[in-house]
Amino acid sequence: MQTTAHAFVEHSRAALADEQLRRALLNMKPGFQDRRAQSVARLPEWEDLRDQARALKDHTLAHMDVYLERFEARVLESGGHVHWARTAEEACAAVHGICQAVGAHTVTKGKSMVAEEIGLNPYLEARGLVPVETDLGEYIIQLRHEPPSHIIAPALHLNKEQIADDFHRAHTQFAAERSLAEPRALCDEARLVLRQKFLAADVGITGANFLIAETGSTVIVTNEGNGDLTQTLPRVHVVVTSIDKVVPTLEDATLILRLLARSATGQEQSAYTTFSTGPKRPGDLDGPEAFHVVIVDNGRSAILGTEVQDVLRCIRCGACINHCPIYAAVGGHAYGWVVPGPIGAALDPAMIGLAEAHHLPNASTFCGRCESVCPMKIPLPRIMRHWRDREFEAGLSPAAQRRGLRLWAWAVRRPRLYRLGAGVAAATLRLLGRRRGRLTRLPLAGGWTDWRDLPAPEGETFHRRYARHKRAA
Amino acid sequence: MTAPRAVPPDPAVRTAPDMPSGAPDAAAPRVGLFVTCLVDLFRPTVGFAALKLVEDAGCRVAVPDVQVCCGQPAYNSGDRADAAAIARQVVAAFEDVDYVVVPSGSCAGMLREHYPRLLGDDPAWAPRAHHVAARTWELVSFLTDVRGVTGVTGVAFAETVTYHDSCSGLRELGIRDQPRRLLASVAGLELVEVADAEVCCGFGGTFCVKYPEISNRMVAEKAAAITATGAGTVLAGDLGCLLNIAGKLSREGCACRARHVAEVLAGMADVPAIGEPARR
Repeated sequence: MQTTAHAFVEHSRAALADEQLRRALLNMKPGFQDRRAQSVARLPEWEDLRDQARALKDHTLAHMDVYLERFEARVLESGGHVHWARTAEEACAAVHGICQAVGAHTVTKGKSMVAEEIGLNPYLEARGLVPVETDLGEYIIQLRHEPPSHIIAPALHLNKEQIADDFHRAHTQFAAERSLAEPRALCDEARLVLRQKFLAADVGITGANFLIAETGSTVIVTNEGNGDLTQTLPRVHVVVTSIDKVVPTLEDATLILRLLARSATGQEQSAYTTFSTGPKRPGDLDGPEAFHVVIVDNGRSAILGTEVQDVLRCIRCGACINHCPIYAAVGGHAYGWVVPGPIGAALDPAMIGLAEAHHLPNASTFCGRCESVCPMKIPLPRIMRHWRDREFEAGLSPAAQRRGLRLWAWAVRRPRLYRLGAGVAAATLRLLGRRRGRLTRLPLAGGWTDWRDLPAPEGETFHRRYARHKRAA
Repeated sequence: MTAPRAVPPDPAVRTAPDMPSGAPDAAAPRVGLFVTCLVDLFRPTVGFAALKLVEDAGCRVAVPDVQVCCGQPAYNSGDRADAAAIARQVVAAFEDVDYVVVPSGSCAGMLREHYPRLLGDDPAWAPRAHHVAARTWELVSFLTDVRGVTGVTGVAFAETVTYHDSCSGLRELGIRDQPRRLLASVAGLELVEVADAEVCCGFGGTFCVKYPEISNRMVAEKAAAITATGAGTVLAGDLGCLLNIAGKLSREGCACRARHVAEVLAGMADVPAIGEPARR
């Protein structure tokens, strides 16, 4: 996916001015936050599960090579194929090669953030293939030629009226005057359209929530059933996934499954949890004739062993995004790359470069709500701070800001001098705000006073008043 | 989240009002008050309220002279060298007291959770940073969790109030019930909870001026939620959040006032609220 993360400030301004987006983002509290909280409250062992899952993933990351090779061996044993891709380009080429080899024209796709990351759809389209997204949210944004705005709810930024307009525009095969006011009508219409696509597809592409080294299975977690139709109806099933998805055993996958849906949507389990192991065997009633797994690195192995390695524990539940007040203000598109929110702020600088993504780890108050809900206990604020350190070290932060900071720090280390300045500042601000107790405008402080008043100080600093009291005593 | 460390309260100082104020006992613990730069500049009353509350809880209070700021502006901007220099200055100033008490969850969290990390690679300073970190407490948490204070007596505040949980206090230090417990003992005070109390107000230190539009959306929503409670005053334990919230409430023309929780607990809420003009 083409990044526009450098334009975060411009994007966020536009997003803040978008009233429709604001209404759409309000759905996160009842839709995600409240449901997660209820679901977690019903599970007394929640914190234990988080600790176990963190330990499991840390172990897996420390032995990733072993588990990936074991996974590959099991896939081959079950009659499948494994393709290793170092880069997005290699991954796209591998998928295209598979499609070409079977003379594919139409491919159906289940939701895959790795496919978004590597820009699979434009790659295939440029080579004459027609990829059709079958997850409802992904299907909607494909019609709109937009990237996803959320990793589990790609069309979160839209309201149903906008989707109805899109369907009226795109589905010209139906009567123009039909009503699409009810969400049910939208679902029914999408189902009708997509059913034909499922049956016509030559290749089905899905992502994977887990790769199980013990069995060579890939796992997808869905609520619409589209993933199952995508992977069982066409002749060929291609799984596009990344190296960090591997877990050692089936049992390990079930541990993380207990955390995943609860963290994401508050469900105990998603409607469908589908395990795929190899192609159709003799005697199987259905399933693909060929099973390919494309395992993408695309910068992840370079994160191993660094201070940000913990981001690779991420299971893409979206809980940090759902609870982030910054995301709630600006939505996912402002972040400018495939993974938004706190996990994006921690991950994206490693994936697309700090110079490009430098705003993302800065646009945080370090409120820590993301870390508190992360099922994998990823220290997201600490990782964002790490990126700020690297940014400062590399001299990427604005020069005026750096100079101001150095000057302030210089003064702080000279308390007597600082106190003189603070005394003057307190008295001056007091004088300026005397009549109303607050300042509505202050030169050089427009970042504050454009939006809110600056309460005036009481007038005398604490240290001066304290010294006066002590002398009097 | 870090659970508050369990320090057995001294039964002799069970409730604050039993202790004669200003008559320190030689055996009483020595507390270093870290005033914070915002309290120093904007709201000295909070510092004096903290001083009174800690003395009333049976402690001797010192205000070390070499103190300005905890260093968060540098630390949160990636300027580790300056942050570490400031941290060393604070550690040196406070390592001789029994407790460091801070009327701010954010600054207390900086000393307690981040100084050991910031100075962790420095063999000379790491043990000293750990020493100070282990003795650092946010004011209200110190009163309840260390000194076993269960309430204040002789203090009245006849108003409906709401309480904003500042992020660092809530999630770094596990402070939620402590201020509510103490406020329950204030005569005439009625506490109503604000919706989404655990959501950030959008201050975030330098964040609020680096990303002012986003910060504004956050504080606008916070101000609206506070106004919806109908409370006459919003209380919190961090002056940064309070300046932000008070500034937005007054800009929006809301009648709700803002005060630091220490002012109310210490019976010092007779001064004008944050951002209010002096009474004539």
